[in-house]
Amino acid sequence: MTEPVSNLQSQLDSGKFVVTGEIGPPKGVNVDKCLHEAEAYLKNSVAAVNVTDIQTAVMRTGSMAVSHLLVSKGIEPVYQMVTRDRNRLALQSDLLSAYVLGVRNVLALTGDHVAMGDHPAAKPVYDLDSVSLLAAITNLEAGRDMGLDTKGNPNQLDGAPRFFKGACVTPCAEEVEPQIIKLEKKIEAGAQFIQTQAVYDPAAFEKFMNRISHLKAPVLVGIVMLKTAGMAKYMNSSVPGVNVPDAIIKRMADAAKEDRQKVSIEICGELVAKMKHCCQGAHLMTLGWDHCVPEIVKAAGL
Amino acid sequence: MIVAELKPFDEIMAMLAGSRKVLVLGCGSCVTVCLSGGQKQAEELASLIRLRSQQTGMDITVDVDCITRQCDKEFFDNFKFDPRGYDAVVSLACGVGVGFMSREMPDLRILPGLNTTFYGANTAPGEWKEFCHGCGDCVLAWTGGICPIARCSKSLINGTCGGTNGGKCEVKPEMDCAWLLIYQRLRELGKLDEYRKIRPARDWRKDRGSGVRRLSRQELSQIDEEPRQ
Ligand code: SF4
Repeated sequence: MTEPVSNLQSQLDSGKFVVTGEIGPPKGVNVDKCLHEAEAYLKNSVAAVNVTDIQTAVMRTGSMAVSHLLVSKGIEPVYQMVTRDRNRLALQSDLLSAYVLGVRNVLALTGDHVAMGDHPAAKPVYDLDSVSLLAAITNLEAGRDMGLDTKGNPNQLDGAPRFFKGACVTPCAEEVEPQIIKLEKKIEAGAQFIQTQAVYDPAAFEKFMNRISHLKAPVLVGIVMLKTAGMAKYMNSSVPGVNVPDAIIKRMADAAKEDRQKVSIEICGELVAKMKHCCQGAHLMTLGWDHCVPEIVKAAGL
Repeated sequence: MIVAELKPFDEIMAMLAGSRKVLVLGCGSCVTVCLSGGQKQAEELASLIRLRSQQTGMDITVDVDCITRQCDKEFFDNFKFDPRGYDAVVSLACGVGVGFMSREMPDLRILPGLNTTFYGANTAPGEWKEFCHGCGDCVLAWTGGICPIARCSKSLINGTCGGTNGGKCEVKPEMDCAWLLIYQRLRELGKLDEYRKIRPARDWRKDRGSGVRRLSRQELSQIDEEPRQ
């Protein structure tokens, strides 16, 4: 096995159950708050912190800049990269740029369509998809880019990056086989770790994990913190492949307003505890409640 | 066929500001079939223009004509009204017809009466859907005849994204997820291996990536110089 390029990779290699967190850059230049939260609550409780890339197609500060700021604070980022906004020239260039800025983990995503965000009139790019982006990263690591020189040979790089490459999957999609086939392709194209869409149904997740037992990449189960019962219901109706069971919705609904956060922490902790035997880590998406991460980790018995 | 729809009437009237003699020119091909730019629609538009002109004192005279294809010079002999006698011609052809007529009759003011929307087919009464994007590099052989370039909102080529929801696309609940349809079709055909193959990044030069596309066929270029039969 080659030397790990990041702490996330070496922790997963060691077989340890790994927790990752997530921050979303702000809409505007006031990045202090998200950096402070990452430093105060995530730095010591997670192996790496995902930085979302213009999440849900709502324009904001970029993931490369914030990933770099995390590096400078000694926090390891997972640089999320979507193919919605940049063509192959920009994506490859950004990968090189991110590398020279100290970024080592990359998560390759297709990205929500511009229609979902706050600039629906924008031209969607999708020059590459998540599979061909992973192939492009693997190619850069081999010292080549996607272009050809005048003789028709691949262009050679003056110095190749090395990344720990991730991909995502939706384990509880209604039709799971097309998701699994695409996941196989992502791994074939170079994905080395998987972070999943939010899961609230441990039994369904275990079934999914059994179906992908032939795939060797470590899987970090995704959990989005629920803030209210209404949010859970909204996710059920509007977020593809997410199914919050009634029992969990009821617990959120029954909780008094001041207890909601506590209950949500318990739910997350229990979910991780119930699923940790069949996966290699958990990816906690706290949507601003970053200060809850240490308690979730504790509640999960990690 | 090429599917098109009538432009908003006010937009057409704004284009006609200052024109006194107008010819509304239908096209007998695709836009006749999709009920947007044939003889009948040309007559309807002409009546509306006459009415508005009377109401607002614009004083426009309007004639109506229709030829078999505005994108083919051969049919330019069939005009019943000579377009050269008009201040403006509102063409109810697709953009190809408007562009080709403008090229062939550079002295005329040819105005688009339609918005050309897509290459599609009639799928239900009053409904047309997009089937092809004209990408220049057809993939239908390995996608069960369902085009991911035209019918997946992200033109993905390696399979469904995470946005597929109950068979629908994340972009609009009334739009099918093309990749789910492709998956189901390939499964029915026993050809899921086609889905399993990694498809490399596309060469967008065959699409619009390297500018205006042109087809030239050596073997036909000589014949073309002879008079048509
Ligand atoms: S939901 Fe389906 S059709 Fe829509 S973008 Fe994703 S793969 Fe394409």
